[in-house]
Amino acid sequence: MLRVIGKRIALLIPTLFGLSVLLFLWVRNLPGGPATALLGEKATPEAIARVNELYGFDRPLITQYLTYMGKLLQGDFGVSINTGRPVLEEFATRFPATLELTVVALIFAIGVGIPLGYLAARHYGRFLDHSSVVLSLVGITIPVFFLAFILKYLFAIQWSLLPPDGRQSPRIDATHYTQFYVLDGLLTGEYDAAWDAFLHLILPGLALGTIPLAIIVRITRASVLEVQNADYVRTARAKGLMERTIRGSFILRNAMLPVVTTIGLQLGLLISGAVLTETVFAFNGIGRFLRDAIFGLDYPVLQGFIIFIAILYALINLIVDLSYSVIDPRVRVQ
Amino acid sequence: MSTILPPAAGGSAAPTDPALDTGRGTGLWKDAFLRLRRNPQAIVGAVIIGLFLLVAVLAPLLAPYGGDELPGRTSITPTTIPGPGQIDGFPLGLDRFGGDVLSKLIWGAQASLLIGVVSTALGLAGGMLLGILAGGLGGWVDNVIMRFVDILLSVPNLLLAVSIAAVLGQSSYAIMIAIGVSQIPIFARLLRSSMLSQRGADYILAAQTLGLSRRTITMSHLLPNSMGPVIVQATLTLATAVIDAAALSFLGLGGGLPQAAEWGRMLTYAQAELAVAPQLAFLPGACIAITALGFTLLGESLREALDPKTRRK
Repeated sequence: MLRVIGKRIALLIPTLFGLSVLLFLWVRNLPGGPATALLGEKATPEAIARVNELYGFDRPLITQYLTYMGKLLQGDFGVSINTGRPVLEEFATRFPATLELTVVALIFAIGVGIPLGYLAARHYGRFLDHSSVVLSLVGITIPVFFLAFILKYLFAIQWSLLPPDGRQSPRIDATHYTQFYVLDGLLTGEYDAAWDAFLHLILPGLALGTIPLAIIVRITRASVLEVQNADYVRTARAKGLMERTIRGSFILRNAMLPVVTTIGLQLGLLISGAVLTETVFAFNGIGRFLRDAIFGLDYPVLQGFIIFIAILYALINLIVDLSYSVIDPRVRVQ
Repeated sequence: MSTILPPAAGGSAAPTDPALDTGRGTGLWKDAFLRLRRNPQAIVGAVIIGLFLLVAVLAPLLAPYGGDELPGRTSITPTTIPGPGQIDGFPLGLDRFGGDVLSKLIWGAQASLLIGVVSTALGLAGGMLLGILAGGLGGWVDNVIMRFVDILLSVPNLLLAVSIAAVLGQSSYAIMIAIGVSQIPIFARLLRSSMLSQRGADYILAAQTLGLSRRTITMSHLLPNSMGPVIVQATLTLATAVIDAAALSFLGLGGGLPQAAEWGRMLTYAQAELAVAPQLAFLPGACIAITALGFTLLGESLREALDPKTRRK
């Protein structure tokens, strides 16, 4: 197991190296170069020259790259142009918000998606199946930000059931240690704050979770359909096993492999979706910060974030691969 | 944003006998077309796409006003925005700039379809080039290209598009190129794996025995037989391209005038008026979703039609 992990991490190095080269070249090709990105379009040539000297943009490319890599390896992602604070610090304060949102979205997507996909397959060709197929088709084709608008209009504006934006109501004065608002509320015993933060997560979570939900429903349905007619299921029936055992230990367990892979692949979708969802709900997470970074051409932030996401992506895929051996003993043998 | 749908089991094109596939439209593709015609899902998809194509092409004739025009500028105040049916001459009402919503939706169809088609063509061309080189040549070329593709795939699609658009500046061309380039890795991967799965087929062995050159085998035998999944993906990608284009211009990367007739842009400016004029968000949003639905329905039916597993039934 350890060897597998080591090998996978070793394989990650060339990809990250290539990515760092691409990102480095990307910054150098921004319109007007990085100095203009820092100072804005109206910067005087003198100011640009001064910034170029200060940041070393006038030195040979290879020297610049080595300096940049050296800093990167020490965890120095630079300073945000928009806020003037270190990129890593900005991430640390905002990432919990996005993580909280993503977890709610995933719980919704997995919690509803797997049972729905399973039931659709069990009721193949009947009403439940047809409606779940139609629903998942709609879920895949509806743009996240449009869905966010619909939810916000119906539940927050029209029926006033849930808060329309933000992470916490202004009237609540909560203490935040971890920046995970729900967790903070629970830890400090401020249960009303935790509940309030949770209510703020529902609408963005639903909006963000819908596409993964639709995909999980489809994969689960297809996978269960394929497995439930397999020979070993027939054999299990012939042996007279209880239907519950057949469904749980034979069908569902074997059908889960492609589902787990798919869940791992949703990360990219969730991050892109978070940028859009957080924009609509004025949710102060990393997605909204990123949107501002795009506008201000805040390249240290974009650069840092892309590397961060690439590492996260690779790690999640590693966890997914490792989880196969838990679900499927056949993988363990190899 | 881009959804890489997992390939259906055995999703590659069935290796048709090259002796029978004389390029006269017989065999696999004709068969697939016949099956498509009988699939209601495909027909709904085709009708939706046909309607939008028609609206997009005939926009100059259909739209009462130009895309950037503000014919109702005098009829709006900061507190009132006439909705559908509330003001003569503007059946779907006005937006906050005084633009005619109906005209903007019609011109928006043109903008969306243009961006969708151009960017997908770009992604398809780039991806096919890389895929052919990797799948056809193999060896170190394959290795280098696939590592490059891995790097691009390690960045979420929308972020990749945003980064490219940032370098290119703000314009609709930048959006087209950004979305196109962000799709290259998907097509390259798909074509390569499809070609690899065909490599060991008997007809390739036969072509090699006949002494055909590697280029002829790759281009005339391997490639045509590997295109099935790529074409399916291209149809599905049109859907994501329309959504991604709207997302990028929703985020404000489209450039041009603020009142430009783009569905994503219309949603950006609908945000502030969501409580008083929800139709400004719902109409363009529905247009994006329905267009994407059309391409998805057609793509899925195409996949089913080309799938050798379902074909035999």
